[in-house]
Amino acid sequence: MFGNKVKSRMLFLVSFVIISIIIITFIFRSLEENLVYFFSPTEIKNKQNISLNKKIRIGGLVKDNSFIKNDESINFIITDLKNEIIVNYNGLLPNLFSEGKGVIAEGKLKDKKYFIAEKILAKHDENYMPPEVSEALEK
Amino acid sequence: MLKFFLPKRILSSNNKLINNLVFLMLLIIIIGLIYALFLSPPDYIQGDSVRIMYVHVPASILSLGFFGFIGIASILNLVFKIKFVSLMAKSIAPIGCIFALISIITGSLWGKPTWGVWWVWDARLTSMLVLFFFYLTYIFLWNYVKNFEEANKLTSVIGIIGLFNLPVIKYSVDWWNTLHQPSSITLTSAPTIHNTMLVPLVIMLSAMIIYSLIIFLMRYKVEIIKIKVNKKNKNN
Repeated sequence: MFGNKVKSRMLFLVSFVIISIIIITFIFRSLEENLVYFFSPTEIKNKQNISLNKKIRIGGLVKDNSFIKNDESINFIITDLKNEIIVNYNGLLPNLFSEGKGVIAEGKLKDKKYFIAEKILAKHDENYMPPEVSEALEK
Repeated sequence: MLKFFLPKRILSSNNKLINNLVFLMLLIIIIGLIYALFLSPPDYIQGDSVRIMYVHVPASILSLGFFGFIGIASILNLVFKIKFVSLMAKSIAPIGCIFALISIITGSLWGKPTWGVWWVWDARLTSMLVLFFFYLTYIFLWNYVKNFEEANKLTSVIGIIGLFNLPVIKYSVDWWNTLHQPSSITLTSAPTIHNTMLVPLVIMLSAMIIYSLIIFLMRYKVEIIKIKVNKKNKNN
């Protein structure tokens, strides 16, 4: 069906693609730490020799009824429904920040259960609906 | 200058098609914008900023799709030596490039009110920026390598390498933790966008597809004519 030249070029392309995919997979595997934008509380818990001085990001849901605001700072709990981390923050919160919704905190761990945030980002999910529908769903 | 490159005889037949397409696009885009900006409801969390989606999502889909086309055309050119597809890819590249830029800019405008930041280096945003640079490299090579055969080969290599980036963009939100939310529209399950928001999204997508088709037809014609003129000049 194809000439010899076309066949050899096809062979070259196919081997190029396969080798590239293997190389890319290995690169991604080894860069995993840098490619994830944040860690979940469970990942933090399972991590060995975690550095407390390094700036990291943790993400999850803001636990319901965990938000406490006082004069100096804000405290809330980030949960992935399995493990939790208490977050302490002093600054402005994004508009979409609310209990039960996704959040990412950037800062440093004090220990595996306590996080001091320097920046808070709101993470929203892939659900889009009008307010009336959301109210109807809650009922 | 442009008229010199476009002999009217060749154009007259296709101009009608383009004019009709322009009319159709204007109609659909007006309906789409009215639907997206006024008729569709605000989001239950994001409020009105969700309306950026109606430009952001179609632009992203098309910029990925067009690079997919460029990649396939590059394979057809390098492996099977089908030349004319390169001209099609060359014509579609600037459209995809603009859409990639629109996607990044609107995404940034959307990120500030929702996430709280203009830009983060998460996997989705970064791979999208890489796509934009692939487009720039592709277009740059076509413009600055004067010899056609040489440019055709180099751009095709870029097209094939850039192809690897597409699944990375698409699945970045599933493979890694990202700030960017996962896809709302997937092949395997029902969309997680309410119908009142999905309809304007689809209308805007079709308007932008027709827009791309118009620009593509015009650019493609120009490319064909350029080749013809070059051949003629050589023969003289």
